[in-house]
Amino acid sequence: MSAPDPQLLTGGEAVAHALCQIQPDVVPVYPITPQTPIIQTFSSLVADGAAHTEIVNVESEHSAMSAAIGAALAGARTATATSSQGLALMAEVVYIAASMRAPLTMAVGNRALSGPINIHCDHSDSMLVRDSGVAQLFAENAQEAYDLMVMAPRIAEHPDVSLPVLVCQDGFTITHAAEPVTMLSDDEVRAFVGEYRTRVQPLLDTEHPATHGPFAMPDYYFEFRRAQAAALEACTRVVADVADEFARLTGRENHAVEEYRLEGAESVVVALGSSAGTVKDVVDELRDDGEPVGLLKIRSFRPFPTTALRVALDGARDVIVLDRADSPGGAPPLAAEVAFAMAGLDVTLHSHVYGLGGRDLHPEAIRQVLHGEAPRYVGVRGEPCPA
Amino acid sequence: MPELKQWRELPVAGALAPADVVQPHTGGWRTSGRPVPQFAACVNCLLCWLYCPDSAIVLDGTTFAGIDYDYCKGCALCVEVCPSGALSMEPENDA
Repeated sequence: MSAPDPQLLTGGEAVAHALCQIQPDVVPVYPITPQTPIIQTFSSLVADGAAHTEIVNVESEHSAMSAAIGAALAGARTATATSSQGLALMAEVVYIAASMRAPLTMAVGNRALSGPINIHCDHSDSMLVRDSGVAQLFAENAQEAYDLMVMAPRIAEHPDVSLPVLVCQDGFTITHAAEPVTMLSDDEVRAFVGEYRTRVQPLLDTEHPATHGPFAMPDYYFEFRRAQAAALEACTRVVADVADEFARLTGRENHAVEEYRLEGAESVVVALGSSAGTVKDVVDELRDDGEPVGLLKIRSFRPFPTTALRVALDGARDVIVLDRADSPGGAPPLAAEVAFAMAGLDVTLHSHVYGLGGRDLHPEAIRQVLHGEAPRYVGVRGEPCPA
Repeated sequence: MPELKQWRELPVAGALAPADVVQPHTGGWRTSGRPVPQFAACVNCLLCWLYCPDSAIVLDGTTFAGIDYDYCKGCALCVEVCPSGALSMEPENDA
């Protein structure tokens, strides 16, 4: 068939259209900036009859995830969406969703955590649930947000995974910025995601009653956590398989990492999210000037593509990690992952924190970072600290 | 004591069939006595059955038939809601 025409959509709208095409049975959700356009657009589509979804207007994000777990385990394909403080309020239940192996999907519009209160992008909200046991995929732009959302149910519902999958897009930068997005047809999406499936005994199967979420004492808790870790380990392969299949369908690559001009690269930037797009422009400019620089973009932050990253970075001299979240008193989250993955390689790691609370990352700052001229905190007034 | 399972042997998400669940007798958690029925005073309103948070009120069909002390935690809600004084809290060793 001929390629469909791209449409001008924000990242939020693109994900809402993806959800509409997926047709979840249940979407419990609570509005919060900058996620709101996702559920607002999706609600309009449902109200217009484009999807049969039951939208549950819950009273908080804690309730949204609680209802989502119940729906997913009852046997309904389930999705939700949130941002920032909503994810923080939800965090307690996100851990339980992962532990109960609820194969739901969640669109995240990444936004800084309070305080000070702020509505703009950074990744501190996602990093808050880093260790919860959910998968987290980061989009660079609206097209990737759409693509990853279509892929998400296949990953979440894979029998070896059966976990929540978060599709993260930068608040405002992606959620609210309109770009050309090429969508699949409704039939293609429905064929791609298929029927809802879960390995967990459905709650409403009254012929086979089961206890869900049992208490586990010291004699079993650790074994349950190990089994949960194994699900995320298996998720690495499932992400690759689903990305392969999606690429065959669309021609678009959405694997765990994207290698951008890494051939012979001596200095390589590692980044998540929309900033990768800006870094690509700077890499192109510096390559034109003969500088051996490149970018390794991470799409799958959980599971973290440790092996792929180690292979891609072997041979680089300097690896520069850009974190859009800080870990005061310790290593920023992405830098910590990269350092773990590169252990033993003959490369020098440079860690920078940038863009907190929606601070823009300009090309000039990326040039400084690549030339070793940037302070650890990029773009903050008062850096570098006086000696 | 059954042999402890390895992590690969656990059911996904720990969803357990009834046969796999060890039933601990949580009645052992009572610390402030137990509710004791006087059947002659019971009007069979079943408010105790409705309110009991541990499903420890035993029925014979739809007739109040006593208390399952293996699971009664001694919260005394049944005594509180009983309209006819048919339930009272008694010390464990006198029951």
